[in-house]
Amino acid sequence: MDTGAAIEMIGVNKWFGDFHVLKDVSMSVNPGERVVICGPSGSGKSTVVRCVCRLETHQKGVIRVDGTELTDDPGSVAAIRSEVGMVFQQFNLFPHLTVLQNLMLGPTKARGLSRLEAEERARMYLERVKIPEQAGKRPAQLSGGQQQRVAIARSLCMEPKVMLFDEPTSALDPEMIAEVLDAMVELAEEGMTMVVVTHEMGFAREVADQMVFMDAGEIVETGSPAEFFETPKSHRCQTFLNQILRH
Amino acid sequence: MKNRKTCLGPSTGKGDHPAPPPARWRRWLSSANECHQSLRAAPVLRFRANLTGGIQAFRLLAVCAPLLLVSGCSSSTAWGWYVIDPRTESGWTNVKFLFSGMGSTILISLIAAALSITIGLIVALPGLSDRWHFRIINRVYVEFIRSIPLLPMLFWVFYGLPIIFRSMGLDIPIDPFWGAIITLAVSDSAFTAEIYRAGIQSVARGQSEAAQTIGLNYAQTMRYVVLPQAIRRILPPLANQFIYIVKMSAFASVIGMQELTRHANELVVTEYRPLEIYSLLILEYLILVLLISAGVRWLERRMGSDERI
Ligand SMILES: Nc1ncnc2c1ncn2[C@@H]1O[C@H](COP(=O)(O)OP(=O)(O)O)[C@@H](O)[C@H]1O
Ligand SMILES: [Mg+2]
Repeated sequence: MDTGAAIEMIGVNKWFGDFHVLKDVSMSVNPGERVVICGPSGSGKSTVVRCVCRLETHQKGVIRVDGTELTDDPGSVAAIRSEVGMVFQQFNLFPHLTVLQNLMLGPTKARGLSRLEAEERARMYLERVKIPEQAGKRPAQLSGGQQQRVAIARSLCMEPKVMLFDEPTSALDPEMIAEVLDAMVELAEEGMTMVVVTHEMGFAREVADQMVFMDAGEIVETGSPAEFFETPKSHRCQTFLNQILRH
Repeated sequence: MKNRKTCLGPSTGKGDHPAPPPARWRRWLSSANECHQSLRAAPVLRFRANLTGGIQAFRLLAVCAPLLLVSGCSSSTAWGWYVIDPRTESGWTNVKFLFSGMGSTILISLIAAALSITIGLIVALPGLSDRWHFRIINRVYVEFIRSIPLLPMLFWVFYGLPIIFRSMGLDIPIDPFWGAIITLAVSDSAFTAEIYRAGIQSVARGQSEAAQTIGLNYAQTMRYVVLPQAIRRILPPLANQFIYIVKMSAFASVIGMQELTRHANELVVTEYRPLEIYSLLILEYLILVLLISAGVRWLERRMGSDERI
């Protein structure tokens, strides 16, 4: 049954050994929709997005990306990987390659683009994240904010339908957070489907269509940003918002 | 060049132009990575520092060997350096005979090393799997192979394996050359497998995760992302293993392989001069190992001159 959702999770459960990390997680992300997931540390936010791009496997329930169900079948994994881009907290750029090579690796090796096409595409996305002049440098020569923008561009080079972000600004110095969020806002304005794990509530208010609050492996509350911030229903959510908004 | 002063450490206070750093400093300098990145001249310094070690060893050799030889030749009855005195015709013939084993020692070692680093990688990869039955394959191979002493394995391969082949109806003779290579390669591969495993595990997990999310498959992830980063951790211990192979290739003399040790043994039997002949034999291995070390340093430098990871 294809509901036309970009991402659909139905009753997803996952265990790490005996530890029940995801408990009946269900949610649906429509094409073009922006979902922000927040919640206390260890509540399973990373695990949710990692399940969607199949870096983790779930043990129960169904995850569909663009209508394709995630199974052990290598074909389905490859299909999902080509639809989904992922941006990590720690950037995970390839330190032995230049910025341009980082961006061209996926398109040339996984997509079979010619070097020329791949380079053209890479330069276009570097332009988009506003660092075209850094193409020849190594990741270590860039600031954290620049590295994260390169990481975003690297994902975009694969032209995914959905972008996942796992705390993309948490490893950054405060003065660099804005430049990364700006790039993400721009992406949202272009209509990209996004799932963002973040505690940047300003960003959430600005771009989110749907807020998801997680605690202890469960989705406790969902809603539009307006309802979510003004009238949080659950006690856990109120406590959490009080804690992070006070600063 | 502003950084130069800070890199060199506290000034001596004897004026604004400190004397060029003494040679000892250079080596110390070369190990300070921060200096590398800020100093354009750094690769040159590092190059020299690495070279001096090798050059000094060779100098020592060049001085000591003739000294021993000359003192031996000129003196007493205990030393009979005449057997390998290149100034006499018979001595020169003997020296040539001893050194003529070098070619096959090198060839055996090279082929065995090439096989070992190939088998090692193939064995290491299942050891890195998430699935336990893959890891078991790796563990069994490594534990089993590395527990077999080289000499028994050599006998087993040279005398035993042909019997197995024959019983299977295969006519694959095993000559001393291939017997030695197979034994050295297999025996060494257990160690190279462990070296690969440790090197690959040293690369952060996020690297292969990032590679997967941009659509690379397992082989591409290894080839383009993980191995290029692991190679710095892998190369130095692999070089050690190569030296180990060169030395262990001496065992091939036991099954009749004509190489360095075999030639020395044969000459000792006819000349009755074990001290002098085995001394030269040791010198031959020393030369080989020093050459390998120099080669490896050159290789490391070539990879390291490219920006640090
Ligand atoms: N590979 C793993 N093995 C065992 N436990 C894990 C693993 N990854 C995460 N966990 C645990 O799962 C819980 C949820 O982790 P995570 O999804 O990273 O939380 P969040 O991103 O919300 O901080 C944490 O308690 C964490 O310790
Ligand atoms: Mg997390």
